[in-house]
Amino acid sequence: MSVAISFQEIVKKYGDTTVIPELSLDIQKGEFFTLLGPSGCGKTTLLRMVAGFNSIEGGALAFNEKVMNDVPPGKRNIGMVFQNYAIFPHLNVSENVAFGLQNRKVSKADQQRRVSDILNTVKIDIYKDRMPKNLSGGQQQRVALARAIVINPDVLLMDEPLSNLDAQLRVDMRNAIKSIQREVGITTVYVTHDQEEAMAVSDRIAVMKSGVIQQVGSPRDIYQRPANLFVATFIGRTNVIDAKLEIGTDGEASVVVGRDYSLPMLALQSQVKPGESVAVRISVRPEEFVLSEDGRGLAGKVVNNVFLGLNTHLVVKLDNGQEVEIIQQSAANDEVNIGQTVRLAILSETINVYDASGERNLNRGTRI
Amino acid sequence: MTGRMKRWDIWSLITFVIFAGYMIFLALPLFMLLIKSFFDGTTGDFSLAYFTKFFSKAYYMNAVWNSIKVTVSVTVLSMLVAGPLAYIMTIAKIKGSGTVRILILISSMSAPFIGAYAWILLLGRNGVITNFIFDVFGFRMPDIYGFSGILLVLTLQLSPLIFMYVSGALKNVDNSLMEAAESMNCTGLRKMWKILVPLITPTLLAGGLLVFMRAFADFGTPMLIGEGYRTVPVLIFNEFISEVGGDDGFAAAISVIVVLFATAVFLLQKFVANRKSYSMSALNPIEPKKLKGIANAAAHVYVYLFTILAMMPQAYVAYTSFQKTSGKIFVDGYSLDSYRAAFAKVGDSIYNTFIMAGITIVIITLAAVLIAYVTVKRKGAVANLLDTFTMLPYIVPGSILGIALLVTFNKQPLVLSGTAVILIAAFVIRRLPYTIRSSAAVLHQVNDSIEEAAISLGASTMRTFFKITVPMMISGVFAGAIISWISIITELSTSIILYTGNTRTMTVAVYTEVVRGNYGVAAALSTLLTAITVLSLLLFFKLSGKKEVTM
Repeated sequence: MSVAISFQEIVKKYGDTTVIPELSLDIQKGEFFTLLGPSGCGKTTLLRMVAGFNSIEGGALAFNEKVMNDVPPGKRNIGMVFQNYAIFPHLNVSENVAFGLQNRKVSKADQQRRVSDILNTVKIDIYKDRMPKNLSGGQQQRVALARAIVINPDVLLMDEPLSNLDAQLRVDMRNAIKSIQREVGITTVYVTHDQEEAMAVSDRIAVMKSGVIQQVGSPRDIYQRPANLFVATFIGRTNVIDAKLEIGTDGEASVVVGRDYSLPMLALQSQVKPGESVAVRISVRPEEFVLSEDGRGLAGKVVNNVFLGLNTHLVVKLDNGQEVEIIQQSAANDEVNIGQTVRLAILSETINVYDASGERNLNRGTRI
Repeated sequence: MTGRMKRWDIWSLITFVIFAGYMIFLALPLFMLLIKSFFDGTTGDFSLAYFTKFFSKAYYMNAVWNSIKVTVSVTVLSMLVAGPLAYIMTIAKIKGSGTVRILILISSMSAPFIGAYAWILLLGRNGVITNFIFDVFGFRMPDIYGFSGILLVLTLQLSPLIFMYVSGALKNVDNSLMEAAESMNCTGLRKMWKILVPLITPTLLAGGLLVFMRAFADFGTPMLIGEGYRTVPVLIFNEFISEVGGDDGFAAAISVIVVLFATAVFLLQKFVANRKSYSMSALNPIEPKKLKGIANAAAHVYVYLFTILAMMPQAYVAYTSFQKTSGKIFVDGYSLDSYRAAFAKVGDSIYNTFIMAGITIVIITLAAVLIAYVTVKRKGAVANLLDTFTMLPYIVPGSILGIALLVTFNKQPLVLSGTAVILIAAFVIRRLPYTIRSSAAVLHQVNDSIEEAAISLGASTMRTFFKITVPMMISGVFAGAIISWISIITELSTSIILYTGNTRTMTVAVYTEVVRGNYGVAAALSTLLTAITVLSLLLFFKLSGKKEVTM
């Protein structure tokens, strides 16, 4: 039975240091939810609070409506996958997977059936009698996953489960995890610092920094409308450029970049009065720059040019000295030479405009 | 992010019980010893008389100087002998090096006083070699008794410890460090001095400390081969045990001084070692290479000569155990007479040794598992204190622990003197550290998340411990327990203080038979001890899958 998890003004302290100040969050039943952030942001701490390995110093943690703050880990009915897998080295694959069932006084016959079912699901049934030391990293990962879900937990917790695998296997395993989770339909909380991994597996992502959630949203929301500059720079690559937001006398908003490159902005919310202007910062993803053909745009000089097959990456030094990254699809005769002067146009519909502090996205429709 | 929830659970209780055990059998006795040294034995008044007596009489200060002379010489000599030995064995291919290592290990595991008595048989006034040289070359060898004898016996006995320590450290030196040095044109002796020596210095010091403590505390060797060369342990023993004019209070005062001195040395070593310690683990350990010509011959001679000298006492004792005897004298021909006599005369000591060491090892195994767990996984003030307690036996010599236990438990409310309990308590306290260390070493490698996994799967604290943690520790526990076992059956300095007629151990029996001149019986018992040691070591190798021992 899957549950919804709610954090109500949860506080975590180590001694006098507050690591997580009053965090509130709701995770829906059956959802694949990811806590994403740089190391030290508190994501693992939060996960371990759900597991019961970290104490909770304030607020309430609830599964459905039931407050779990003081329920010991063994009684929370959680399945947990650890970063280092934590496979019991002295038990073979089936014994590892059966361990949780034994603690739940499941009958021998039931144990066997459930173990073999789950080993089938995670596709390691042929290794059921192997000892862990004879398994590859990916296989150990599957054992850990099977062991965590065989007990039909209310919540599946995964703490950077793929960080010890090599790149190709990581991609395979994240697809496997996603499809197994969909099949079992279990509420999953997943911790990672790898934004691409988070995008690939999650229904929703919470981006964290210094114990505070910066934004919660679908992978698409978070990439396309980052709530602040931290999220914008943490998720994907982007160029942050100083600009000016001007509201014309007619109330039309436009962003002026560089000396006189003006972009009409249709969906901005700001308190600026008509006829006035204010400093803003804009986030332009590398694919939101295009080489201008009509002579409009920011002037600059190409300083680097990397051909990567499908795409070509350019680095352009603008007149004000700032270097920006550009990605364009490679075409047959589009080679741009280093040293060449170019003009860069910005695709204004998709860029994001922030206030001068970078804390607030001014685009309408940003979900936080 | 490893914050762990503190709960009052079964572990708190276990910690408390073990802690109480240490308080009763270690802290309290040492405290009683301290009290005794500061209060006059007859009047019961506070007095510094014992200390003034000790420091004012040349007789006692002489013993102190003797002890320091012996200890420092043995330590330095052991390093000089064993350091090169370990180096040679690491870089050079030596024929039969596996056997050599095992023989060196076996030689280090016998009781030192057996070495002393064997060397008396070989090089003493009427020794086999002495007589042989006199007969053939017509001159008398210099006297082996006194300082030189003690130095010979203890150096041969203790340098294997340094050899094992340094070999271990050298194995962790990555060969690429050597190659890097060579690539920067630092080769030969300069490379050794600039790279290798600094890297193994902390280990050398740690091994040196162990040798220092053992040499300092050893009582049997100077007693047998010293012949009037009085060291501090001999002094304490005489003051405490001697039938005429023995003085508990004075023995206590000397013990206090000894413990303070040992503590100072211990802390000094720690201080120095901490300032320069490196953690190393070699991906490419140094491979032994076949040397050429003279170097090869010299390396072999050095290694074999040391091994022969180290094994000589046990080999010769074993040989004599099969000699025919007539009364106390060995005569030509071979027989099992000595063994028959040994079983008839002191058979009870064999029984006692097995029973007491057996019970001790069961307690040690249990306690070590629990203590290792508490100190590694449940860090806290009490766990730290417990950790310190378990280290104390390194600096409290066995005879002093024996005396402390005796003065504490020879009166109400708890009379234990003369019972097996007091011996077992002493054995447990003294030999526990080996098992704790090897158990803790394994436990350090068990990631916390393994236990969290078990708990998250619904296992209770105790079920997690017994089903998951203990099975993972077990190899280390058994390995340590075997080393503890060997060191219990070969230990003399505590048993000689604590034994009575009913609780005589094999080593005590060997010692008394040697003193009485019953060399046949002594040889038979010693050989039995060696045989048990070798069998235990074989078991150790089998269980641990290793060919070396850390002390």
